[in-house]
Amino acid sequence: MATPTRPVTPGPAKGARDDTRLALLFILPALIGFLVFLLWPTLRGIYLSFTKFNLLTPARWTGLDNYVRMAQDPVFWNALGVTVYYVVVNIAVQTALALVIAVLMQRLTRRTWLRGMVLTPYLVSNVVAALVFLWILDYQLGIGNKVLELAGVGRIAFLSDSAWVIPTIALINVWRHVGYTALLIFAGLQTIPATLYEAGRMDGASEPRMFRSITLPLLRPVMAVVLIISVVGSFQVFDTVAIATRGGPVDSSRVLQYYIYEAAFNRFQFGYASAMSVALLVVLMIITFVQYRLTRAGTSDLAAGG
Amino acid sequence: MATVTAPAASDARQTGPKPPPKPRFGVGRALGWAFMILVMIVSLFPFYWILRTALSDNNALYAGGDSLLPVQFSWGGFERVFGIQTGQEAIDAGGAGQPIAFWRYLLNSVLVATMVTAGQVFFSAMAAYAFARLRWRHREQVFAVFLAGLMIPAIFTLLPNFVLIKELGLVDTVLGIALPSMLMTPFAVFFLRQFFLGISREVEEAAMVEGASKTRIFFRLILPISAAPISTLSILTYITSWNEYFWPLMVSYTDRSRVLTVALGVFKSQKPQAGPDWAGLMAATLVAALPMLLLFLVFARRIVNSIGFSGIK
Repeated sequence: MATPTRPVTPGPAKGARDDTRLALLFILPALIGFLVFLLWPTLRGIYLSFTKFNLLTPARWTGLDNYVRMAQDPVFWNALGVTVYYVVVNIAVQTALALVIAVLMQRLTRRTWLRGMVLTPYLVSNVVAALVFLWILDYQLGIGNKVLELAGVGRIAFLSDSAWVIPTIALINVWRHVGYTALLIFAGLQTIPATLYEAGRMDGASEPRMFRSITLPLLRPVMAVVLIISVVGSFQVFDTVAIATRGGPVDSSRVLQYYIYEAAFNRFQFGYASAMSVALLVVLMIITFVQYRLTRAGTSDLAAGG
Repeated sequence: MATVTAPAASDARQTGPKPPPKPRFGVGRALGWAFMILVMIVSLFPFYWILRTALSDNNALYAGGDSLLPVQFSWGGFERVFGIQTGQEAIDAGGAGQPIAFWRYLLNSVLVATMVTAGQVFFSAMAAYAFARLRWRHREQVFAVFLAGLMIPAIFTLLPNFVLIKELGLVDTVLGIALPSMLMTPFAVFFLRQFFLGISREVEEAAMVEGASKTRIFFRLILPISAAPISTLSILTYITSWNEYFWPLMVSYTDRSRVLTVALGVFKSQKPQAGPDWAGLMAATLVAALPMLLLFLVFARRIVNSIGFSGIK
């Protein structure tokens, strides 16, 4: 085939053979996937949020009705609040734990089996995780509650007490995801040159001191990336709630995504559900943007490269 | 934007820079190990508890079995899951009377995960090749548009995608579950492009001198060289797809397309009046999780070492 073998120039020069037709063929399946299942649904979702639509009859344009309704819907605001509460608990516990685990994995031993064990919960679905903890934390029969009773703490209605339900769901998800997050941070730790620690030890710095003065500052960009991933991910909590509590007791675990699901599939209010999805999208974009700015601010003291 | 370094094709074999010399033994180190052991116990105990419960007699669990070993050892849970018990036997054992089409769910899960993985990885590799190694007008702009797709959270496209799948007449089909992620994900394209960019021009040019076409180069050169990242991506995609719950829940209504994750939820809610069939439920849970645990046993090293740069999801 007559393809040029001379050095590559950026962009096809005039008259030179380029690969446009072949390239089009190669990106065609992915392009179809992108346009049909990503771009079009995004535009359509925004459109649907301005309509009344129940799947059976065509969508009818209603302007801002859904948004007005959303602003006045106490359940929506409650769902948003519950979601934020979940995200804060989940991220705080998960990030702190993952950081400790990652640092210990680096400082104690780098055996693969250790990392593998911590990752094991990540391999099961949220559904499996929810079911196991539903059983372990069962008020009457759960081993967790039996241990608590033996320890003199007394039983806790983890998933049916409105004060406990969100922290419990957060902890279930921490169990499943903390190993994955720890490995992301661990990968970041690997980019910190070992010579820095050697120098630190030479100067007589203690391990906690080295953590504060070497590890944390150099890890900041990685941490920012990890935070964006996990915040965006945990805002979309659904599976655990759907399996373990179905939003209850009352509304105390009705997270936004579960409320959207109910609006769409229990009440067939696809327009209203779309409007709430747009709201969630806007929240996520703001968070991503803010965190991205913080990441950029943090790159200045990055010596080893992200 | 998340930064992902582009490791060499042999990534999975390397374990990064040499570990620093071991710090002096001390109280801190002992505390560190104690903490790690606690983390390991918390990580692994639920797996043991699934097994222990699955091998117990359900009624004995209710009678108050505090034993750390299976209570009145029984295969009953597994028998209910696989539909070996008759309806009456199952009810007597504390299960639900309705038969569950376990093999059907397993087959559906395998079909969906396989279709998604094979399609997504192959088509994304083709696109990544075009973005990394072919020369064409507006290449960078088109790639930028693809990358922007990374920003759109899954939740947002789910409802409109459901409407689309319904219009295509694919609701409650295995294809309907698989289709939206079968052709590409921006992440897969991005991930593979990183590797393809790192392959040296010289190998490619040598093949071209010998008269190989670009298509042939893709199949005979680029794909084999990138076996390691491609299999890593495949395994991670398979696990993710296997564990997916929300989307299949929306699309499937009957046993025709129901996958294991969704079936587990149904199995759980089959007995709302009395206490759940914990032994049966844990047996089902174990069987649903087992394929991925086995996959992990085989590929543990590769998966663990690849998490670092597969992080953006």
